[in-house]
Amino acid sequence: MASPPVAFVNARVIDPDSGYDGPGCVVVAEGVIADVQRTPHLDAGSSEMRVVDCDGAVLAPGLIDARVKSGEPGAEQRETLKSVSRAAAAGGVTSIVLQPDTDPTVDEPAVVDFILRRARDLELVNVHVAGAATRGLEGQRMAEIGLMDEAGAIYFTDADRPIVNSKVMQRVLSYAGAFNALVAHRPADPWLSEGAAATGGELAARLGLPAVPAVAERIMLERDMALVEQTGARFLVDQISTADALESLRRAKDKGLEVSASCSINHLSFNEIDIGDYRTFYRLDPPLRPERDRQALAEAVAEGLIDIIVSAHTPLPAEDKRRPFSEALPGAVGLETLLPALLNLHHDGGYDLVDLLRAVTIAPAQLLGLPGGRIARGAPADLVLVDINAPIVVDLERLHSKSKNSPFEGRRLQGQVLLTMVDGRIVHQRAR
Amino acid sequence: MSPSADLSETIRARLFAFPERHLNSVADLDPPDVTALLDLADAFVELNRQASKKLDLLKGRTLVNLFFENSTRTQSSFELAGKRLGADVVNMSPRTSSVAKGETLVDTAVTLNSMKPDLLVVRHGASGAAALLAQKVGCSVVNAGDGWHEHPTQALLDLLSMRRALGSVSGLTVAICGDVLHSRVARSNVGLLNLMGARVRLVGPPTLMPADADRWGAEVFHDMRDGISGVDVVMMLRLQLERMDGALVPSTREYFRFYGLDAEKLACARPGAKVMHPGPMNRGVEIDSGVADDLSVSLIQDQVEMGVAVRMAVLASLAARLGNER
Repeated sequence: MASPPVAFVNARVIDPDSGYDGPGCVVVAEGVIADVQRTPHLDAGSSEMRVVDCDGAVLAPGLIDARVKSGEPGAEQRETLKSVSRAAAAGGVTSIVLQPDTDPTVDEPAVVDFILRRARDLELVNVHVAGAATRGLEGQRMAEIGLMDEAGAIYFTDADRPIVNSKVMQRVLSYAGAFNALVAHRPADPWLSEGAAATGGELAARLGLPAVPAVAERIMLERDMALVEQTGARFLVDQISTADALESLRRAKDKGLEVSASCSINHLSFNEIDIGDYRTFYRLDPPLRPERDRQALAEAVAEGLIDIIVSAHTPLPAEDKRRPFSEALPGAVGLETLLPALLNLHHDGGYDLVDLLRAVTIAPAQLLGLPGGRIARGAPADLVLVDINAPIVVDLERLHSKSKNSPFEGRRLQGQVLLTMVDGRIVHQRAR
Repeated sequence: MSPSADLSETIRARLFAFPERHLNSVADLDPPDVTALLDLADAFVELNRQASKKLDLLKGRTLVNLFFENSTRTQSSFELAGKRLGADVVNMSPRTSSVAKGETLVDTAVTLNSMKPDLLVVRHGASGAAALLAQKVGCSVVNAGDGWHEHPTQALLDLLSMRRALGSVSGLTVAICGDVLHSRVARSNVGLLNLMGARVRLVGPPTLMPADADRWGAEVFHDMRDGISGVDVVMMLRLQLERMDGALVPSTREYFRFYGLDAEKLACARPGAKVMHPGPMNRGVEIDSGVADDLSVSLIQDQVEMGVAVRMAVLASLAARLGNER
């Protein structure tokens, strides 16, 4: 608290909320952004300020990642609250939302409270918790949505498990409405996707992998949209991955439903060809899709049809991944590669940097009701300083996650996080 | 010892012929009928407080209590009402008799009809059962609760309790809280309170609120503090425990936290507001004992007393309509 004010000068400030992308200085004091100036050099600094010369690097709001798994409690060999927080800080991610599929399940307020307290004591990044929508993630009985909401859970989801029973889903959506709570749901028809390791098509057939047809996503999404229309719930489509489902999403949004959608960075970065060598780091859920889907997703992010991008960080150690492709557990770590992978869409894909950053800053902040995600006077001093041009090679050994299952292994990307700040505290810094 | 001559006189003066042959729904009533019923019931309250409570208005009449669902409170209330008016009362619980042997509702009605009752009080788990019986029997039928549909004598006794505690019902704001979806008490009360000029609010989680409940002439609230803010009466509904295990409500503790009536939430109501409950109560689930047992706010015991008087008024006026035609 008593630390002196910090002035970031000579930065390229990008604030997707205001749309500003240009030279600037940002002064941080007492945990909040005290001043923002759109000039390279500070007008009136005080002598007690610690000055950080950004040398033209990008200063952006810290990233907000709405879909992160930790292993704590229950699977600490995969990831702990500490390791996941460190990984976030190293990746420029200043707020994470943990998924409820831990052991015990986050389906009652005491578990929400436990995780929030443990994470707060670490004093690294902002850790938030998503509560289970149904007890034990079993899709049968509603979890204590109201009490968890009071305890601080910021949305409700059964994580990877679809709520199959439409009546249960209808009641969850309806009940959550009393608390104006956001419900997230994976659009996946459970019977079509049962046992699938790849997306349906010629490649999966050639590889001999059990596959799920793309329509499995649209089928469930259409059901959910109908229930949202009936109940008036606030809804997040969790990890949309097919072009087909995007059209359903567009129709729902055109109707004025309170629907948002997320997309994982993996599905924006890879396509089904990447599973060709049976590399289990590319075994994901939903599975990687054809290139035309990947392109449609990127376009949907650019136009704002997809609201937020998530890392879908899913730490899995070797024992879960070093298996035949269809037997390996699905998922990839992503906190430390989220920003460079986004930047890759800018550098190689030509997508606008402000649009891309919006999907990991102000858009999730507004969706989840968080105060960060913007560079403005009075906002929390959650910032990332990144050299967007610096080349990097993803080295698994240097990841802070306890699990190293990154599909970006060995990839050459651009984007080096130089400094991450949370509430005015520097939680990660790289020597230049 | 017989009731005082004055009181007997008052009762006879207030006695009127019920406008319909049956009491199936509060929709069968007009405001003047309701006022006349409550005035008559007021006199029966006086009667019931005397040592000698017996009149002969239903002398020679046969009242059959036909309860397909268990109910201690309503059944004994009708039984007492009939006996105090001098009727012969028979209680039947077909759940444990002929229904178990496969008899249909209409078969039961035809059988009963042959016994020539004058008044038939029916409770059944299916909405519309009382109306069906009314078509098949020659006597007057009183709906004592049919499924989720209606329980008109409950609404009348609630109205009497409110009128006695607060004066006129017109202009009052009444919040009906809890499981509105499955509640015949709520449906009858919304109808009757609207009829008598009260404003009605419905309060409960969306999973316990019927779709389009706002079109019933009531305002719908999902936040209880907002819903009972400034109201004159808070009417709690019973929540079946089996509905609270994650199906419609996550848990009893969550329900009590957000929708249970305790002193803190009651403080949002108008000072001096009254609390009602049709019983039986789930203490610590929908209502805190401290509120339920506080006689300065709770009308719950009055409601039971008013129940007998209102049912006497209904039975007496239905019988007055029957005349000697049989």
